[in-house]
Amino acid sequence: MNLIKPCLFQLSFWLRLAALFSLLLLGGCADNWGWYVVSPATETGRQNLAFLIDGLYYTMALSVTAISISICLGLIVALPGLSARRTPKTINRVFVELVRAIPILVLILWVYYGLPQVAGISISVFWAGVLALAISDSAFQAEIFRAGIQSIDRGQYEAAQSISLNYRNTMRYVILPQAIKRILPALGNQLVYMLKMSSLVSVIGMQELTRRANELVVTEYRPLEIYTILVLEYLVVILIVSAGVRWLERRLDTS
Amino acid sequence: MTRSSDKPFIQIQSVSKHFGQFCALDSVSLDIELGQKLVICGPSGSGKSTLIRCINRLEIHEKGKIFIDGKIVDGSPAGQDVLRNNVGMVFQQFNLFPHLTILENLMLGPVRARQLPESEARDLAMQYLERVRIPEQLDKYPAQLSGGQQQRVAIARALCMMPKIMLFDEPTSALDPEMIAEVLDVIEELADSGMTMICVTHEMGFARQVADMMLFMDHGKIVETGPPKTFFTAPKSDRCKLFLSQILRH
Ligand SMILES: Nc1ncnc2c1ncn2[C@@H]1O[C@H](COP(=O)(O)OP(=O)(O)OP(=O)(O)O)[C@@H](O)[C@H]1O
Ligand SMILES: [Mg+2]
Repeated sequence: MNLIKPCLFQLSFWLRLAALFSLLLLGGCADNWGWYVVSPATETGRQNLAFLIDGLYYTMALSVTAISISICLGLIVALPGLSARRTPKTINRVFVELVRAIPILVLILWVYYGLPQVAGISISVFWAGVLALAISDSAFQAEIFRAGIQSIDRGQYEAAQSISLNYRNTMRYVILPQAIKRILPALGNQLVYMLKMSSLVSVIGMQELTRRANELVVTEYRPLEIYTILVLEYLVVILIVSAGVRWLERRLDTS
Repeated sequence: MTRSSDKPFIQIQSVSKHFGQFCALDSVSLDIELGQKLVICGPSGSGKSTLIRCINRLEIHEKGKIFIDGKIVDGSPAGQDVLRNNVGMVFQQFNLFPHLTILENLMLGPVRARQLPESEARDLAMQYLERVRIPEQLDKYPAQLSGGQQQRVAIARALCMMPKIMLFDEPTSALDPEMIAEVLDVIEELADSGMTMICVTHEMGFARQVADMMLFMDHGKIVETGPPKTFFTAPKSDRCKLFLSQILRH
């Protein structure tokens, strides 16, 4: 079983990719496509292609940094939500509801243009993007963590208490390791979501995949081909990331 | 064993516990001496679990007082300390940590709560695994063991904290019949070694063997107590008589 599953998954993965490429190739034969802008056969084509693909670094850097921060933030927000007392619970609810009500794009704009004035600090495009994405995602992370932690049987807390573990050690050694295993699929989804949302940071000038495609469209005026490449870029990255998440899940499952 | 007072080791003084409107414990009083083996029985919902869970504060009683070793158990730091140092518990559903190996299950408390060095904790764990007769399973995960083995691991895990008293809440009622004996044997051995214990169980054969006091509960009250001899042969109350006749019939 364990041998067949990854193969199956990879097969379907490659099938999907192959289907897409063949579609594009077919399309490429039609008159209204002008693949020369990104053709690896010409010097400018290669340059344009490299320019587009280089944005991957920023897309990845943005998403991975933002999700790391949002996971920590989400956990910090989730814990008071699990309290039996009223005040911590309210703090959790207010944060989650407020943050969820703000569109990500609006948050990005506000953090980049508004926060420097309010806080009297200067903030780079990259960190404004990371901050906005992380805050916005942390509300979802908090809900994921809360559900994950709540799904752990009460007996686990009681057993931990009966061997004298304090709250911190109970969370760290008993509850969270089990909760993380259960919420890993949701965290994986969230990373994929984050990769897609990072395209919004293009509006404040972050040179990630989407911004670069926009800029190239302005100079080359071949939106169809360039945005198709953009679609492909996201598709490949996200398929690879989801494959990685599933691989991780399987590994954790067997241990 | 050192004692800081000559009062009973555990004193329960008119303890009450409600769940909403429902009265699960109705002003229960009980003394337990060191070395005593108390077996609690009674119909479902009579408050047996609630009583022993109040002793180690898994449930928080709202009226009355509980003293262990002369110190009041009320959630204060001193009360928590006396709980930590004295009371071990074994659950009906084992409650082993599924993501940890058997050895890790046993070492977690000593290492994280007692700050014992890993090597000492490992020796301790091995010692108790041998005592519950499963030293060879140390690297497996709980799910790879049978129910009987899991419950024996849970007993060893509690013993690794070196408690003076062990609480058992129906330790065999989640087990297949053929595994009950192996767990009861371990508990019996523990009783013979002088461990103080309170055990909720419906295994009356075991109770006769091990108990030096029987306790029958109904509707949140202690209805009858006594040494097993008189308890089984000449129960005083009708409710206890009825219960015993029902449970001993099969
Ligand atoms: N957390 C809870 N919330 C509400 N009611 C509870 C809770 N725990 C126990 N009860 C109720 O309190 C009563 C006593 O429960 P308890 O578990 O002490 O009974 P028991 O004697 O151990 O029964 P059993 O033999 O079924 O284990 C039951 O009627 C139960 O429904
Ligand atoms: Mg019970």
